[in-house]
Amino acid sequence: MTPKWTVWLGGVLLAAVIAAALYFPALRRRVNQAKELTEKTAEQARRELLPVAPVSTGDPMVKVVMFWGSHGQEGELVPVTVELPLSRDPVLRTKQVLNTLLAGPVDAESRTLPPDAALMAFYILPDGTGVADFSDEIRTSIPSGIQSEQLAVESILRTLEANVPQVLRLKILIHGQEADTLAGHVDLTQLFRVNAKDAAGTQLDNPSPPGSKLPAPIRKAVESMRKATKR
Amino acid sequence: MALRFGILLGVRFFPTSSHVLGAGILAAVLSGVAFAWAVPRQSGGGSNPTAKVAQAAANTNPAQSPSTTALSAAHSGLNVVVLDPAHGGTDPGARGTEGITESDEVLQFATATKKALEAQGFQVILTREGNDNPSFDDRSARANAQRGAVFITLHIASTGLTGTARVYVVPEVPASNNITGLIPWDRAQAPFLSLSRKLGDLVQQELSRRFKGSPDTLQTAPVRQLRTTAAPAIAVEISSVSVKERAELDRMVPGVAEAIARGLTDFRPTYVVPTISVPGGSVQP
Repeated sequence: MTPKWTVWLGGVLLAAVIAAALYFPALRRRVNQAKELTEKTAEQARRELLPVAPVSTGDPMVKVVMFWGSHGQEGELVPVTVELPLSRDPVLRTKQVLNTLLAGPVDAESRTLPPDAALMAFYILPDGTGVADFSDEIRTSIPSGIQSEQLAVESILRTLEANVPQVLRLKILIHGQEADTLAGHVDLTQLFRVNAKDAAGTQLDNPSPPGSKLPAPIRKAVESMRKATKR
Repeated sequence: MALRFGILLGVRFFPTSSHVLGAGILAAVLSGVAFAWAVPRQSGGGSNPTAKVAQAAANTNPAQSPSTTALSAAHSGLNVVVLDPAHGGTDPGARGTEGITESDEVLQFATATKKALEAQGFQVILTREGNDNPSFDDRSARANAQRGAVFITLHIASTGLTGTARVYVVPEVPASNNITGLIPWDRAQAPFLSLSRKLGDLVQQELSRRFKGSPDTLQTAPVRQLRTTAAPAIAVEISSVSVKERAELDRMVPGVAEAIARGLTDFRPTYVVPTISVPGGSVQP
C-alpha cells in the first residue's frame, strides 16, 4: 500500500515537470532574443562607455590642419585649416583631431571616411606607436576600391602628422581586432609611418598575419581592446 | 605517436619474444600509413611563411633544395603572367548600377587580357576562372610557384572618374636580413619592387594613352596581395562600377587588355631576375 503523501508528492512533481516542459520553448526564445540584443548593442555600449569626442572648453583654440579629399582633383588630398579647442595631452588631442576628421568637411563629397564610422579607442605606446581602433563602419561603409581606401588611410596619417608629433607610426584596428585589409584592398597588417622623423631606426618591417607576430606592446593593446569589445 | 601505437599493438598481439619481429613490422607499417596520411596535409596547409616560399621554389625542381635551385637557375626571362581577377565567391567587391559587381566584371577583363597576352607569346595563369575567392596568400602563391613570372591583379573601383584606369605598386617593403637567401613570405615583394615600378610605369603609360583622364604616372598603395608576391607585381584599377550603363565598362575591356599586353611586351626585354646578397655570394629569389 503506497502512503498517501507519496502520491501527492508524485503528482506535484509530475505537474512541475509538465509546467517546465511547457515553459521551456518560451524560455529558450527569450534567451535567444536577449543574446541577439547583447550582440547588436555591444558596440553601441562601447561607444557610450568610451566617449569618442572628449572636448574640454578650457583647452586653447588651436589651428589644426585636416586632410580631406580634393573637390577638383580626383584622388588627391588637400589641407584644410580649422580652429579647434585642442588638448595638450597627445592621446586626447589625437582623439579630438580624428573625430574632427571623421565628422568630415562642409562639402560632403570631400569626405575620406564614412560618416557613420567612429573612433572607438586610441592609445600611444611608449615608442611612439599609436593604436587606433575604429568601428566596423570604417570597413563596411567605405566605397570599395584601392583609391578610396588609400585616401582614407592617407588622410588619417597626414592629419596625425600635421597635428600630433608624438605619434610616429600607426596601427589601425577594426572593432578591437587586427584586420587583414581595410575593405578588401589596403593592407592593415602593417604599421603605417606617420612622421617623417621616424624614417631612421624604426621597425616598420613587421607586417604580420592577424594576431600572430605583433610586437608585444601592440599585442597587449589589441588584447585589451578585444576584452573591451567582448564586454 | 603512430610508432608508439604500433608497438603497443604489436606487444598486445605478439606477446612472446619470438614475435618481436612481427610487432616491429606492424609498427613500421602503421608508421608508414600515418606518415603518408600526414605529409600531404602539412605541405598543403603549412603556416610557416618562409616554408611557403621555400616550397614554391622547390616546386620548380623537386630534386633540388630551394637555395640550390635559386643558385643554379639561369636567367630565364619573362615567361608567365599570373592574372588575378580580384574578389569572387561571397565577396562581390564593389557593387554598382544595373547589378554590376566587381567580381564578375574583372573576370571579363581578365579573359580578354589573357587572350591579348597569349597572342604575344606569354603563358597566362588565372588565379580564378569562376566565382570562387582564393585567399590573398593563395593568389600570391600562384606567381611565387613560377620562375620568370609577373603578377597583375585586376580591380574595378566604386569611385573615380569613369572610363579611367590606374596602376598601383606597393610603396615600400623593407628588405629581409635573412642570410639563407630565402625570402620571408611577408616581404616577398621587396627584391622585385624596382621591377614592379618599371612594369607599372609602362602599363600606366599605355593606359593613359587609351583612356583620357587616367594619370600619367603610377600610384603607390599597400595593396594586400602585392606584398606577398615574389615577382614583379602591379594592381590595375578601373573606374568604375558606378557607370551609367554596363556597356561603358564593356567598351573598356579591349583597351585595358591591349594596354597590359603592350606594357608587358615592352617590359619583357628589360626583365632580369634580381639577386639577393647573402654571405659568400648572391642568390636569385
